[in-house]
Amino acid sequence: MLRLELRPAPSRLMIYLSPLLAMALMLVVGMIVFTILGQPPLKAFHAFFVEPINDWYGFGELLIKSSPLALIALGLAVGFRANIWNIGAEGQLIMGAIAAGGVALWLHETTNAWILLPLMFIAGALGGMFWASIPAFLRTRFNTSEILVSLMLVYVANLILSWLIHGPWRDPDGYGFPQSKLFESSAILPIMMEGTRVHAGLFITVLALIAAGIFFRWSLTAFQMRVAGLAPKAALYAGFKQKKMVWLGLLAGGAAAGLAGTSEVAGPIGQLLIPISPGYGFAAIIVAFVGRLHPVGIVLASLLMALLYLGGESAQMQLALPAAVSGVFQGMLLFFLLATDVLIQFKLRWVSKASVGAA
Amino acid sequence: MDMNTLVLILAATVAAAVPLIFAALGELVVEKSGVLNLGVEGMMVVGAIFAFMAAAETGQLWLAILVGAVAGAGMAAIFGFITLSLMANQVATGLALTIFGIGLSAFIGQGYTSVALDGLKEISIPVLSSLPVVGKLLFSYNILVYLAIIAFVGIWWFLYKSRSGLILRAVGESPSSAHALGYRVIRIRYLAVLFGGAMAGIGGAYLSIAYTPLWAEGMTAGRGWIALALVVFATWRPGRVLIGALLFGGVTIAQFHVQGLGVEIPSQFLSMLPYLATIIVLVLISRDAGVIRLNAPASLGQPWHNELH
Repeated sequence: MLRLELRPAPSRLMIYLSPLLAMALMLVVGMIVFTILGQPPLKAFHAFFVEPINDWYGFGELLIKSSPLALIALGLAVGFRANIWNIGAEGQLIMGAIAAGGVALWLHETTNAWILLPLMFIAGALGGMFWASIPAFLRTRFNTSEILVSLMLVYVANLILSWLIHGPWRDPDGYGFPQSKLFESSAILPIMMEGTRVHAGLFITVLALIAAGIFFRWSLTAFQMRVAGLAPKAALYAGFKQKKMVWLGLLAGGAAAGLAGTSEVAGPIGQLLIPISPGYGFAAIIVAFVGRLHPVGIVLASLLMALLYLGGESAQMQLALPAAVSGVFQGMLLFFLLATDVLIQFKLRWVSKASVGAA
Repeated sequence: MDMNTLVLILAATVAAAVPLIFAALGELVVEKSGVLNLGVEGMMVVGAIFAFMAAAETGQLWLAILVGAVAGAGMAAIFGFITLSLMANQVATGLALTIFGIGLSAFIGQGYTSVALDGLKEISIPVLSSLPVVGKLLFSYNILVYLAIIAFVGIWWFLYKSRSGLILRAVGESPSSAHALGYRVIRIRYLAVLFGGAMAGIGGAYLSIAYTPLWAEGMTAGRGWIALALVVFATWRPGRVLIGALLFGGVTIAQFHVQGLGVEIPSQFLSMLPYLATIIVLVLISRDAGVIRLNAPASLGQPWHNELH
């Protein structure tokens, strides 16, 4: 039988190999599932993973979807590295979108996009940070689980958005649909790549990527947070400031999610409505893990996750499968990653029944 | 408010509390064994859709409950394998289980969104059910409500009066000591995790075949997370889980009655109540760090493997 045996030292190779292994396993199981559903596996593979990105427009769509995923995952990684579990990024994204949308609706007479868009992004970041500051405050002041609080606030944020677009911010000329007015053109991000919908929000993600790279590599605080995540007791004895880490970890995720929410409403959506995000805040958690909480890994993982979103839409059109198949693949990917991660600390070894009995 | 309204509100409170009782009691047993499964929401929603499908296809509601339990346990088995056999991070795996469960249920439930179902009916006991007040309050629920009470008594007895319960708690407090005494830590934790999954599955089944007999994507609406919060709120004691669940049932029902009283509040704010109440009770209970430290199983959330310790 197969047995796990502790390695003398963690395998560096497996740290990089296990995400690829997880992806391969996801593909294999996915193909099996497609076959069971009566789809020829190769055709399904093509529809899911090739069709969506085999033209310029499709490539643009990939960037549009991976941008918020990478941005949020970078923010979440700051906290995750220190075992601070902000799982409410979806709510912080919504609050960021509400704040940015509020600015766009309020300053609708501002025709200068160079003034309006930066204001929207500042408001969006603050909106997300405000929502993340609630679990941060409750965790540092009352020792309350940031996991449960941040998650509960996702539902609350959604209800606030629902109230706004059904009530005070509803478009009076919108035929009663629950949505805000369309933003003026000065509140819409310009298109960056001709023939696609890729908008300037991508710059924010690139900037965040650089900032995160520098922070993780050279900041003493980032190093302390890493230590606190890997060896909490060591961090305690070393006297690292736990509260500061909690605040930083949560606010970074909140700001990133708020910026991502701003990019969505100032980008492809152009108004406030429900839903603003197809679960980017939750999918970004998977992106952060699959990307090994590392900026480069996060970018690669965000592209893969974006492809899973597009593949789901394509599978819906081409194979008449529900688009929710994306969520199944995304969940599977994280399962396989967590499972294959065991090979970092352990190696597999065949042991005969007899020696198991003796041990 | 007259007596009849009050009785109706109390009965509705019990009905709203039942899914939380199942899910939270299941998670309580899991956490008592030292395992933190954050995937309750995912197990519930998968239990809900599988039970609904079984009910819609066969019309057998008993079978549907069983199918819901098995589906929940099946989800829990994935979690158990990854965290117990492969020693992965329990927080991350639990989150993955919820994301996967929500996706899976939406995927397989696609064709069932407009299917109507004859839900589980309230029982009717001759004489007793027709008694004034007590009849409505005690003898007129569907069978799952009584099953929830039986589960509560059974779990309380198991944890505090049985030898197996003592072993389970020992595993949660100190897996290494339990291992040294010859108990199979991983096997015991597997059993606890599977039980927790089955309970979450029944909680989900209650929602889709009894409480609101229909299927809607994400119909559990955060109840799995509230159940997790309830376990903390209850400081890991079954009696307090029961009280907490009834409290939340009350908050859920209150939102419908506040509007009935003519109070002008947008419905969205009333819908926020259960989530805000969850945050408030968590703050109240965790304010005193000592309470949590004294009551939480000592090994909660930590991977264990006999070669690591």
